[in-house]
Amino acid sequence: MSTESDHAKTANGTMEFRAGTPGRGGGIPLFAPPPVDQIAVEERAASLAKRSIKKAAKVAGLKLAIRMMDLTTLEGKDTAGKVRQLCRKALTPLDSDPSLGPCAAICVYPNFVAIAKEALAGSTVKVASVATAFPSGQSPLSIKLDDTKRAVDFGADEIDMVIDRGAMLAGDYAKVFDEIAATKEACRHAHLKVILETGELGTYDVVRKASDLAIAAGADFIKTSTGKVQPAATPPVTLVMLEAIRDHYYATGRKIGMKPAGGVRTAKQSLHYLVLVKETLGDAWLTPDLFRFGASALLNDVLMQLEKERTGVYQASEDFSKD
Amino acid sequence: MDEKKETAVAEASAASTAGVSTKKGGPLATAGSASSKARLRVAKAYKMYVGGAFVRSESGRYFQVKSDAGQTGPDPETVNVPRGSRKDVRDAVLSAKNAQEPWAARTAYNRGQILYRLAEVLESRKDELVMSLARGGLSADDAAREADAAVDRSVYYAGFADKVSALVASHNPVSGPHFGFSVPEPLGVVCVVAPPRPALLGLVSTVLPVITSGNSCVVLASDVDPRTAVVFAECLATSDLPGGVVNVLTGHPHELATQMAKHREVFGMDVWVDDDKLATDVEKAAADNVKRVKTHGLPAVEAWLDESGAQGIGWIERFLETKTIWHPVGL
Amino acid sequence: MSTQELSRTKSAIDKSTASLALEFGHAWDYAPAPEAKDHVRIQPRYDLFVGGRWTAPKSGKYFLTTSPSTEESLAEVAEASAEDVDLAVKAARTAYEKYWAKMRPAERAKYIFRIARAIQEKARELAIVESMDGGKPIKESRDVDIPLAAAHFFYHAGWADKLDYAFHGRKVRPLGVAGQIIPWNFPLLMAAWKIAPALACGNTVVLKPAETTPLTALLLAHIIEEAELPPGVVNIVTGAGPTGAALVAHPDVNKIAFTGSTEVGKKIQKAIAGSRKRLTLELGGKAANVIFGDAPLDQAVEGIVNGIYFNQGHVCCAGSRLLVEESVHDVVVKKLKDRLQNLRLGDPLDKNTDVGAINSKMQLEKIKELVAAGEHEGATRYSAPCALPDKGYWFPPTFFTGAAQASRIAREEIFGPVLTVMTFRTPDEAVEKANNTMYGLSAGIWTDKGAKIFWMAGKLKAGVIWGNTYNKFDPTSPFGGYKESGFGREGGRHGLSAYVEVV
Repeated sequence: MSTESDHAKTANGTMEFRAGTPGRGGGIPLFAPPPVDQIAVEERAASLAKRSIKKAAKVAGLKLAIRMMDLTTLEGKDTAGKVRQLCRKALTPLDSDPSLGPCAAICVYPNFVAIAKEALAGSTVKVASVATAFPSGQSPLSIKLDDTKRAVDFGADEIDMVIDRGAMLAGDYAKVFDEIAATKEACRHAHLKVILETGELGTYDVVRKASDLAIAAGADFIKTSTGKVQPAATPPVTLVMLEAIRDHYYATGRKIGMKPAGGVRTAKQSLHYLVLVKETLGDAWLTPDLFRFGASALLNDVLMQLEKERTGVYQASEDFSKD
Repeated sequence: MDEKKETAVAEASAASTAGVSTKKGGPLATAGSASSKARLRVAKAYKMYVGGAFVRSESGRYFQVKSDAGQTGPDPETVNVPRGSRKDVRDAVLSAKNAQEPWAARTAYNRGQILYRLAEVLESRKDELVMSLARGGLSADDAAREADAAVDRSVYYAGFADKVSALVASHNPVSGPHFGFSVPEPLGVVCVVAPPRPALLGLVSTVLPVITSGNSCVVLASDVDPRTAVVFAECLATSDLPGGVVNVLTGHPHELATQMAKHREVFGMDVWVDDDKLATDVEKAAADNVKRVKTHGLPAVEAWLDESGAQGIGWIERFLETKTIWHPVGL
Repeated sequence: MSTQELSRTKSAIDKSTASLALEFGHAWDYAPAPEAKDHVRIQPRYDLFVGGRWTAPKSGKYFLTTSPSTEESLAEVAEASAEDVDLAVKAARTAYEKYWAKMRPAERAKYIFRIARAIQEKARELAIVESMDGGKPIKESRDVDIPLAAAHFFYHAGWADKLDYAFHGRKVRPLGVAGQIIPWNFPLLMAAWKIAPALACGNTVVLKPAETTPLTALLLAHIIEEAELPPGVVNIVTGAGPTGAALVAHPDVNKIAFTGSTEVGKKIQKAIAGSRKRLTLELGGKAANVIFGDAPLDQAVEGIVNGIYFNQGHVCCAGSRLLVEESVHDVVVKKLKDRLQNLRLGDPLDKNTDVGAINSKMQLEKIKELVAAGEHEGATRYSAPCALPDKGYWFPPTFFTGAAQASRIAREEIFGPVLTVMTFRTPDEAVEKANNTMYGLSAGIWTDKGAKIFWMAGKLKAGVIWGNTYNKFDPTSPFGGYKESGFGREGGRHGLSAYVEVV
């Protein structure tokens, strides 16, 4: 069972975050993230959604989106067969066009990491595993850390952890910070994506706070959602997180990645997210190393739109494999 | 007071305090030969009211006003009144400017209380006002009627101070996630050229709506009966009204109205003159700083007594700005 | 935050200001996305719309209206002489006496509703023509100008039969013939701001559009024709300054409404002195946009951009003076610089264009002159690195830092995409600097503290205050200035008083 002293030991040296009274409502002197105005940030996201992406820009954007995808299956009914199918899809999204893809990663539960690793052997496609008592995160830290370590031992290249939203909303930022820091340690060489579950955080202010905490505690990526809570990723919440990443870059030069997950279903939406990235963080982030889509249904719509652009004919969904 | 009995003494005192010679010779001699019972009355020097103080014109100029009621009260039949100058306008505007923001910053309730205090003071000094109006040529009945109306008009605006916002403000139901509202604000310094008649009621009816909402005011009083304006100023001075909120100048519209219109610190003007050319000159000069200027002819005296026309929200609204404020409604 | 930590954070940001720039390059470019215009028809020549008919000008003269983005001529437009203006005023007078003043207010309302609907139906066409004639980006004409123009007609239509409620039970009557002169920055929208309340209150109208942007007002004349308004209720006379002067001087005009420069506004106020004509003026501005250190800075930067680069800065209420709390000056400037990399300047008809063409050669010269003055006065200039098209009139989004409060770029209205950045230390200083201008049209306040918003909003001498937002407009919302930014309000219940006499 975790205790306060556990947190202190596992915190990775950023002791400022431990200042103040621990526990509920504990103050963290350094921790003063900027406020976010809901209406203005939604206006900005909406105005970027009006960018008209046509022809060559559309094709290039959609191809990029495929390479940024973390193809995801996170269900109780997942099987080895399902995971292998998804891996094949990630490697060759469209049989008729080998220039497309591969996707960035496969995202699965820890039980399927080894299977995915085997199916993807020799490719650039990474295996991401959710961990830390996904999706609620409501387990003792020791179990979360064990979950993480095992996933890495199974061969996961990337760990998608969840934060303790309860602690976040209760104002126990130290706990949130320390768990992330501890998980980062447990990841060893694996990259850490920190899921904020923005749909449970209530306001953009808290999203911004959680983003700053996660980044400070060692996240390589920050990610919107588990996909189990509505709303999941939205353009404005993504914009708020991109702005946190930008401020961190301004302050330190360190580039943190971003992953909207859940709710991105259409090619048009994916282009909208790319516009957000392009106009908020610029060229350096337009790469799978720093931007990912967590999605399952998105790929087929992107493929349909690409085929439409190639052939000039609107496609039927049945023309694409449903894996 | 028994006015008749004291006439001679008063005349004598006026001559000595004002320091100017009267047309009739020998008042000093009269005073010298007064019986031991007689007391030398102290006559009043008529001054302008600027920044809460009673002042003469910086120019040293004066004009004389004769009493139509003959010798009444302590004053001589003819008194000397300051003939305000361009620099007097300047000084008055400066006083008004300095007084305006603190006046506007008071609560509307407090402004209302001060205006009510003014009504109380006017009522208590009504005899003096009536006497002054009579000197200005009114019959006793007309003078009393006008003074009554002036008191009532003060009460009317006293009760208006904290209603204006509710009547002219608005919530603006904009199409979007914003809360929008518009509130009235005072313009700043407003200059008034009061009508020559009715000397008191015209002054009260034009000045009070200007200050009710938080403007400050420089008013050029009637040059037909400026004495009553000075008595009114004395009421202002004893009514808790902060100095500078109302500044009363005496002098002539044809000399001062365009000076007021030219002054760039003045944002509004209300001009009551029976002179189209002067009105046009004022409107032209006012354009230099895009002043809100309203010129009027001269309504009949009766019209000023008519409560349905000579008072109301429109009188206040003329010298208000509308400030519209937007703010997002969100988390 | 401890002082040590604070200084650490601050120095990190200072360092980044020097070295860590984001790169907004060509990793993924947008393809051209031009709005299709093949369905839009512009006539080769437009006459005057007087008394319900298209009539050739007595002057016999026509002038060309050109596209500022291509310098191509779009159409010939009639130049109304004093005689033409006289005919238009006569037509308006006749229509006032014969039809409009007599009509049941509810019927008047229905005509105005018709206009609103027709604008919505023809919205795309109007947007395209607006962008062609005036140079503004299609996304602005499409999403702001035209929908708002329709909204103004829709809003005011509803007032026509409810005027008895608008003035606290006092009866009102129309003024008669309204002469209206509008600027080139929001051509159709300004026409709507002027015409809609005038008609709703029972007046008839002679409108003079700006000479560089007459086309959408003429398209509106077609709409008014199709809406079957009685002849002469709305008359459109095109022309330049002398046409406007003739309208101002016309003895049978009861009201002048003018939107434009303070300089011309003063001339009009002088010209009508003694005439008993009613006047409303919506003039220039040099608005302060005040950013406090506790503001949502990323959204504030959007507010800055929207405040000054919207419509190429051709906005009377543009937030052209940025007053930023000194503690966040460097980070705000850095964010603004990065933001400017993403402003796309070019073809107004491209759906991705953020900054269009400067409206006219004359205006471009004025902007260049003031920018040169800013450089000469020692302020530091930064312009977005966007390529300017060869043809047409263009100016890149620009801002100055280190400008003195007394400098021309801090005091004069530039009416272009040029921002002057200055700093303040305390709220009192912000108020003092913000109010240190003879203008008083608008202001912006950015802070997360509600009490501070109200405190500032009370202190700022401006007719429109935007708290944590900027450049928002709505027909229900009174708009207009303090001080030399003019008098009278447009929009809302307040706007009606410009077009009625309380009896």
